[in-house]
Amino acid sequence: MGLLQNYFSTFLQGFGYTLLSSVVALVGSMLLGTLFAIMQVLPTRWMQIVGNIYVQIFRNIPLLIITLFLYLAVAKVVKMNGFTAGTIALTLYTSAFIAETVRAGILSVDSGQMEGARANGLKFGQAMRYIVLPQAFRVALPSLGNQFINLVKNSSILAFVGGLDLMYQGNMVAANSFDTFTAYIIVGIFYLVLTLPLSYYMQYLEQHLKAKA
Amino acid sequence: MVTLGILSAFSGDNINYLLGGLVITVGVSVISVIISLIVGSIIGIIQFEEIPYFSSFVGTINNIIRNLPLLLIIFFVYFALPRIGIHLPIFLATVIAMSTFESAMLAEIVRGGLASIDIGQFEGARANGLNNMETMWYIILPQAYKKMIPPIISQLISLVKDTSLASGIVLAEMTYRGQIVYAQNSTYIVPVLVMLTVVYFLLNYGLSLIAKWFDKKLA
Repeated sequence: MGLLQNYFSTFLQGFGYTLLSSVVALVGSMLLGTLFAIMQVLPTRWMQIVGNIYVQIFRNIPLLIITLFLYLAVAKVVKMNGFTAGTIALTLYTSAFIAETVRAGILSVDSGQMEGARANGLKFGQAMRYIVLPQAFRVALPSLGNQFINLVKNSSILAFVGGLDLMYQGNMVAANSFDTFTAYIIVGIFYLVLTLPLSYYMQYLEQHLKAKA
Repeated sequence: MVTLGILSAFSGDNINYLLGGLVITVGVSVISVIISLIVGSIIGIIQFEEIPYFSSFVGTINNIIRNLPLLLIIFFVYFALPRIGIHLPIFLATVIAMSTFESAMLAEIVRGGLASIDIGQFEGARANGLNNMETMWYIILPQAYKKMIPPIISQLISLVKDTSLASGIVLAEMTYRGQIVYAQNSTYIVPVLVMLTVVYFLLNYGLSLIAKWFDKKLA
C-alpha cells in the first residue's frame, strides 16, 4: 500500500474529477432526458419523431464514438479540453437512457391524471410538471438509480481523451510505478466507494417499493 | 481539394479494413455473450437458491464486479494480470474481461427472471415427483429464459458498444481500426466517425428491433 501513500494526491485528484464529471453529467442528462421524454409523449407528431430519433441514435452508438467525435471534430470548432468533451459526451449518452426510463414512467401514470388536471384548468405544461412528472419519477426511481451507477462507471471514458479522471490517473500511476496490479486495485476501490453504496441503496429501495405495492 | 480528401476516406481499402474490424467486434460480442450466458446463469441460480453463506458470498463478488467500470476490468486483465504471471493475448484478454463483466450483469437478469416465476410452478413440479434439479431444468428455466430474451438482447447491444473500449488495449476491432484510418489523414476524422456511427447504429438498432419483437410476442 506504499503505492497509495506515494500517489495519494494523484488518486484523490482523479477521484475529484470523476465525481465532478459524474455530477455535471447527472444534472445535465436528467434535464435533457426529461425534455426528450416529454417530447416523445407530446401530441405533436414531429416532436415525437425528433425525440425518438435522438434517443435511438445516442442509445445505439458507443459512448467512445460520441466522445471521440466531440474531442476530435467538434473541439476544432468550439475549443474544449478532454474533460469537457468527455463530460458532454457522457451527458448526451446517458440522457438517451434517462429519456427512455422517464418516458416509461410517464406512460405508467394513468391517463386520467392528465385529463383530470386539464379538466381542472391546468395547462398541459402545468399538468405535466405538477401532476404527471412527480408520479412518473417515483415509478422510474429504481431504474434511474441504475442509470446513475452506469453513469459513474461510464465516466471512465474520460481516460481516452486525457480527462484527468480516476481511470486516467490510474493509468498514469500504473505506467509510472510499473505496479499495474496494485494501481488498478486502488482505482477499483475508489470506484466502488461511489457505486456500491448507490447500488445497495437501490436494491433496498426496490424491495421497499415492492413491499409497498 | 478538401472535399476530394474527405471522399477518399471512403475508399474501398478503408471500408474493407473497417468491416474487418466489424467482424472482430461481432466475434468478441457473440463469444462473450455465450460465455456470460452460461456463467451468468450459474451465478444467478446460486443467488436465487439462497444457499447459506455461499449464495451471499457469490452475490457480493457479483455486486463488486457489476459496480466496476468495464474499462477498468479490461485494463486489469491485460495490464495487471501479467504482474502475477498471467500473460494473455489481446483477443483472449478482451473476451475474458467482457465475459467477467457481462456474467455479473446477466446473473442479475437470470436471478430476476427466476424470481418472477410463480411459486406454484415449483410446488407443482415437486408435487409431481420431480427433484430440485429436474424442476429447475425442465419447468422453471424454460419459462424464465423466455421472459429474459429481451433483456438479454439489450445486454448484447451493450456488449457490441462496449467492445469499442478494447481499442484501449489495441484490439483491432472497428473503433480501433477507425483510429488507424484517420491517423493517416486528419480530414478523415469526421467521415470515419460518421461511418462508425452508421455501422454501430444499424447493428444495434436492428438488435433492438428484434428485442422489441420478442417483447410484443411474449407480452
